[in-house]
Amino acid sequence: MSKPKLATTSLAGCFGCHMSILDIDERILELIELVEFDKSPIDDKKRFTGEVDIGIIEGGCCNEENVHVLQDFRNHCKILIALGDCATMGGIPAMRNMVPLVECLEEAYLNGPTVHNPSRTIPNDPDIPLLLNRVVACHEVVKIDYFLPGCPPPAETIWQALTALLTGKPLELPYELIKYD
Amino acid sequence: MVAPVEPRKIVIEPVTRIEGHGKVTILLDEERKVKQARLHIAEFRGFERYVRGRPYWEMPVLVQRLCGICPVSHHLCAAKAMDRVVGVDKLTPTAEKVRRLMHYGQMFQSHALHFFHLCSPDLLFGFDADPAIRNVIGVAKEHPDLAVQGVMMRKFGQEIIRITAGKKIHGTGAIPGGVNNNVSIEDRDFLLKDIEQMLEWARGALKLAKDYSVEHLEAVKTFGSFDSNHMCLVRADGAMDLYHGNLRAIDKDGNKILDQVAPQDYLEHIKEEVKSWSYMKFPFISKLGPEEGWYRVGPLARLNTCDFIDTPEAEAARKEFVLLTDGKPNNYTLAYHWARMIETLHSAEVIQQLLNDPDLQGEDLLLKGDRRPEGIAILEAPRGTLFHHYEVDENDQVQRCNLIVSTTNNNTPMNRAVEAVARDHLQGKEKITEGLLNHVEVAIRAYDPCLSCATHALGQMPLVIELTDSNGQVLDRREKGL
Repeated sequence: MSKPKLATTSLAGCFGCHMSILDIDERILELIELVEFDKSPIDDKKRFTGEVDIGIIEGGCCNEENVHVLQDFRNHCKILIALGDCATMGGIPAMRNMVPLVECLEEAYLNGPTVHNPSRTIPNDPDIPLLLNRVVACHEVVKIDYFLPGCPPPAETIWQALTALLTGKPLELPYELIKYD
Repeated sequence: MVAPVEPRKIVIEPVTRIEGHGKVTILLDEERKVKQARLHIAEFRGFERYVRGRPYWEMPVLVQRLCGICPVSHHLCAAKAMDRVVGVDKLTPTAEKVRRLMHYGQMFQSHALHFFHLCSPDLLFGFDADPAIRNVIGVAKEHPDLAVQGVMMRKFGQEIIRITAGKKIHGTGAIPGGVNNNVSIEDRDFLLKDIEQMLEWARGALKLAKDYSVEHLEAVKTFGSFDSNHMCLVRADGAMDLYHGNLRAIDKDGNKILDQVAPQDYLEHIKEEVKSWSYMKFPFISKLGPEEGWYRVGPLARLNTCDFIDTPEAEAARKEFVLLTDGKPNNYTLAYHWARMIETLHSAEVIQQLLNDPDLQGEDLLLKGDRRPEGIAILEAPRGTLFHHYEVDENDQVQRCNLIVSTTNNNTPMNRAVEAVARDHLQGKEKITEGLLNHVEVAIRAYDPCLSCATHALGQMPLVIELTDSNGQVLDRREKGL
């Protein structure tokens, strides 16, 4: 029997959730035995090889590219997990929704105390993706099957959720593992 | 003779997925010569604007959410800036040492992760090795002992962070004016039982990095290399100090450009240029201007810039390192790995000293002074010099924030490295091979940029290279890990 397939990505997040996956420590070697990594930075699978059992999304969407990657994940993953507060509700990056995007850009590229910008350029090259006018959570773009809260979710939470889903057991996390910090 | 062809644009996208997506574009002219090579940083957050109005004491826990790879750097740098705001210039010995332990613990875990999970596949299997094995799973299969070492060294650093900050990622230990906890005897002993093993593994990793550099000396000297200025914090006596100090910058020959510049004066010396094609700015030393004033930061720059390291084994290793370039600054991109492993051993030595210091169990954790309207702090993060600058009004609200993060300081150097590799390994080639893709990766990876955290975490950067003609017609395309 072939192993279940797992894919992961980070959108508008800080990669802390991926670090928390690594915080399962020695069990990462067990995980490698348990699953086959598809479309993931861990191997050289070029694209989704077909249908994938579990997709893990860190981060919400702050630019057009994030949206495309998220849609691609939904199209290929049987189960999609929003991992952490940014994927679940936008998180800290969504604080920029409180101010107009143009003010954020002006502060960074025109008004900051160390800025040297005689031509008053704001980055706009076709080679960098367009920003969304507001940061959105993953479920605002595609259907999400499971939400694991936390900034980041503790390694134990991730481990228990993954092993339950991979072995077909019910996903019942104890109260202590559900955290919002 | 190579027949003339249409100008080409090669796109590598995304280079990475952390703290922003990165992308490389390389333009080739009619003779297949490299006309332009750029590393674009594709993400923008806007932190500096939207923290305005937030209470100052939130900054150490809020701003660290910029980056989950080394959140301790932002946590501590914001706390140091807020020490100034609450009028504290010198912490209690316990607070200072708990913070230092947290910082060196992070340095240890971050460097170990980068070396074992990310770089060891290149060094063990070769840049051109079969990508099916050239990754962390390949290392786990072929060299299980090394893979376990990497995992356990990272775990040790993360345990130090958990004990000092309360959480392994995005902790809360440092607060304006001090810390909120000391280190208990039980926690100290828990860490001490593993320290000898960690020192042993750090020595082994250093030997691996050094032997690699010596055995591949010609490649190390030429691969993605270029002369540059170097910058870092140093202690008053010129020693390496990763937590606190003053700025020093040297040129490619080792002449001092800046020395003992207090963090409070950084505005007089550092500027950042904006370019239309990247969301990441390009810092430079003001008096030299954007063309001449850019500099490297991080392990290589620190080894070049400091006068000595104040722990015995790392100092012996430093002396060996500088012999390679006759005491002059080392300008080889691939030498970052060796420098990084010297710092890893240094961190283990510092951690051992600190764990044996009874001040860690002290009860005096917090000080308070007269409020100031501004706080500026600089710290040496694993990837280089990190600047935090805040203005706080009388209602305790942040009114201005300016951050120059480590990877930003290496923006121009990473672009130079990409250009050098493109010139040496791509110029004139008709076909793009997987090996070429990895050469570009190897050069960027040496800088351990936070934007390559996908790589950082799991071992391979996702890359697409597209060769298109001037009409946008795709001539060749290679991708991996997307």
